[in-house]
Amino acid sequence: MQWETVIGLEVHVQLATRSKIFSGASTAFGAEPNTQACAVDLGLPGALPVLNEQAVAMAVQFGLAVHANIAEVSVFDRKNYFYPDLPKGYQTSQMHHPIVGPGDIEITLEDGSTKCIRIHHAHLEEDAGKSLHEDFHGMTGIDLNRAGTPLLEIVSEPDMRSAKEAAAYLKAIHSIVTYLGISDGNMAEGSMRCDVNVSVRPTGQEAFGTRAEIKNVNSFRFVERAIAFEVERQIELIEDGGSVIQETRLFDPDRDETRSMRTKEEANDYRYFPCPDLLPVVLDQAYLDHLRSQLPELPADKRERFQNELGLSAYDANVISASRDMAEFFEAVHNECGDAKQSANWVQGELSGALNRENLSIANSPISARQLGELISRVLDDTINGKAAKEVFQALWNGQGESADDIIDAKGLKQVTDTGAIEAMIDQVIADSPAQVAQYRDSEPEKRGKMIGYFVGQVMKASRGTANPQQVNGLLKEKLDALL
Amino acid sequence: MYEKTLTQLAAALKSGEFSSRELTAHYLQRIEKADGKLNSFISVTAEQALKHAEIADNARAAGTAGPLVGIPLALKDIFCTRDVKTSCGSKMLDNFIAPYNATVVEKLNAAGTISLGKTNMDEFAMGSSNENSYYGPVKNPWDLTAVPGGSSGGSAAAVAAGLVPAAMGTDTGGSIRQPAAFCGITGLKPTYGRVSRFGIIAYASSLDQAGPMARSAEDCAHLLGVIAGHDGRDSTSVTRGVPDYVESLNAPLSGLKIGLPKEYFGDGLDPDVEKAVREAVKVYESLGATVREVSLPHTHFAIPAYYVIAPAEASSNLSRYDGVRFGHRCDNPHDLIDLYTRSRAEGFGEEVKRRILIGTHTLSEGFFDAYYTKAQKVRRLIRQDFLDAFEDVDVLMGPASPTPAFDLGAKKDPVSMYLQDIYTIAVNLAGIPGISVPAGFSNGRPVGLQILGTHFAEAQLLNVAHQFQKATDWHLQRPAFAEEYA
Repeated sequence: MQWETVIGLEVHVQLATRSKIFSGASTAFGAEPNTQACAVDLGLPGALPVLNEQAVAMAVQFGLAVHANIAEVSVFDRKNYFYPDLPKGYQTSQMHHPIVGPGDIEITLEDGSTKCIRIHHAHLEEDAGKSLHEDFHGMTGIDLNRAGTPLLEIVSEPDMRSAKEAAAYLKAIHSIVTYLGISDGNMAEGSMRCDVNVSVRPTGQEAFGTRAEIKNVNSFRFVERAIAFEVERQIELIEDGGSVIQETRLFDPDRDETRSMRTKEEANDYRYFPCPDLLPVVLDQAYLDHLRSQLPELPADKRERFQNELGLSAYDANVISASRDMAEFFEAVHNECGDAKQSANWVQGELSGALNRENLSIANSPISARQLGELISRVLDDTINGKAAKEVFQALWNGQGESADDIIDAKGLKQVTDTGAIEAMIDQVIADSPAQVAQYRDSEPEKRGKMIGYFVGQVMKASRGTANPQQVNGLLKEKLDALL
Repeated sequence: MYEKTLTQLAAALKSGEFSSRELTAHYLQRIEKADGKLNSFISVTAEQALKHAEIADNARAAGTAGPLVGIPLALKDIFCTRDVKTSCGSKMLDNFIAPYNATVVEKLNAAGTISLGKTNMDEFAMGSSNENSYYGPVKNPWDLTAVPGGSSGGSAAAVAAGLVPAAMGTDTGGSIRQPAAFCGITGLKPTYGRVSRFGIIAYASSLDQAGPMARSAEDCAHLLGVIAGHDGRDSTSVTRGVPDYVESLNAPLSGLKIGLPKEYFGDGLDPDVEKAVREAVKVYESLGATVREVSLPHTHFAIPAYYVIAPAEASSNLSRYDGVRFGHRCDNPHDLIDLYTRSRAEGFGEEVKRRILIGTHTLSEGFFDAYYTKAQKVRRLIRQDFLDAFEDVDVLMGPASPTPAFDLGAKKDPVSMYLQDIYTIAVNLAGIPGISVPAGFSNGRPVGLQILGTHFAEAQLLNVAHQFQKATDWHLQRPAFAEEYA
């Protein structure tokens, strides 16, 4: 039987507010345990929440970016359950009246095709603290620094049909929230976390199969692996005559498998009700208009513009527009040199390679966009050749000069295009290589093409790489053939 | 000194008749002598009070003192106080010292008043007799075999016995007004949102409101002016400006339209109480007010609605008492569930557990709409009843409680206890202000007249109450206990 996979994602995005969603405590990552938790975060008696306006603005910006309806009135509810790292015994969330209503996101697949994934809603909520099970000799430590950190939970419709689509969706969300600057999107630090709902159904069947929810899948790669495992598990289960039960499962990246956490029967009754300590959030049109006017150009728009106006390939446009930092770097390089294709090649090639090797983000690139643009300009105007350009790049990377021109001058890399000078070097090489010349002369004509490489190399060496390779090639051929 | 009202004490401090230190020492001495019998205080902070009194006297000497500087007060043990235990009448918080002051406490400190200590109360403000305190019941100074009312029973008894000139209470379903009535003092529950709830241990967040309890409406006016106002730390506190409550006390009442809700004079109302209330209304007529009967048709739904909404909120508000971070923790828990269940089973009293169970049940899947959603609809109807009535009249009057103070241990059945709040509870559901003023006696036990106004009509309520107190002396009566034991 042919099976179809159905996937829906709940993505928790940590919003980049400076203070927590309901208190003034800092949200900075990595502080000593329990040093960034105030009376509100600790759930001390008498402490009351006050909504962070910045968190609301960020949620709205996301909603506008995914073409969603923004609720005129949204309401915070309490989700009641006991857990040691949940200080109040409830999580303040939005159950019935979320701030962001239905919207949609376009994802791009590896073959360049696009697909629209519908957003069911997105709501604001507070994060819990952390339970630490190591280093406490059988006891559990609680760190409440994270308690009260604002989260935007983005719930998709079950519109994805493969692990690849799910990963592409997650990347699209990542791209949007980082473009908006509403999250640092740092998955390693938990700034984006994902719950995956997976079910399978025979191809052609309309009704959904029973789904399993896989909790806390924290990287793009894990999302794909967790889904792959889960799909296989469910299909095997059904084909062996069993049936999938609705349950919550955990993904174990070390063993590459999902494990049952709790079944539907064991599920909590969260006793949601409106939080009486917080007023409903009422947003007017002027506020929405203001935020809309502040929206940056979003990844989908950039992608389209890069393709249509700058002539980038679909692939290049997609890769470069995925990150706002990379897109803006690319645009600055392009502004400097005026050649989009070359700019894209350098940003994705030499620059990305060097950044990856040193594990740097493009925002921390040692080479500025202006420097790179100037470097490309020098290639375009034939001041240097491609080989020298790589050397200039390396020198700029190492901080050996302020600009490409400085380095070209200092290292004498200016391309030699003077025919006389090149001819002199060629004559010298031919004079110094009698054996190779003899060999060239004695070879079959069709093999001479290959042999010419040796002479080109010698000339380039003699010029310390500065001779124009096309000129060298042409002149060498003429001169060698004259010896026949 | 204790015979004086807070207003008179402020004048005496100003004229230099005595110092704040003398005054504070005087009340501390009375507490020392009498409170063994009353049990109205959980904590007495004598040393701190005397120190603050000295600072107050210095401010007076320097001429920088505001009108209430050096006035001793007491705080219901539900207001968080830095460095002083805040128990909320519960074993659960017997070891709890808040690292901050409630906004009300901050404002009172800023006004220069001096806290003598924290008063006894029903555990987590759940009760109408003060018999639900972990620290034992409070006695009514008018009759030591009677309850003082609840949940602010300690505050009411202490003021009535002259152990302190005024005290702060909180009122979720009548917890200021009913004990004020039982103890023969004046108690005001402000409009929801008028006084910040920050630092007040929550019982039912959408109903809780703090207010003053004192000898007179005038005293309450002084205190409300201090504690009212917007607080950025409480999202439900309103930004509306605070009027001068003292200035408007003497506005004439001629033309005042009084409504008597017929539902407040029905079955179950003690005849002595009814008589006292009707006598009081006659006093108002003599002051130029007109009186008419009005109807609040949904009154009989108030108690059922309240006992859905308040426990629902309480069940959630009290989840934080889990033995993990503060408060009572059971000995040697063997796992997490054991830690939770034993800490909570040991830390909470019977009534608190009952309300947590009720609230947990009504919020549960499958019951939520039938209880919580329905109760919220009823709440809107009750609010509308009041708004409709205030279209026709300026204030409503009736009894604060169907009976005078009952005997300790008399109400064994929780529902009969809940029915105590029949005239007060709707006021919290509607969010409007209410005041209880002394209006007579029944067999030596005080009777309270309740006056209700529309949202933010505190100035009018205080004016109406003050004019009554100028015409009568019920509020100046003192229990014999005040002289015998203290």
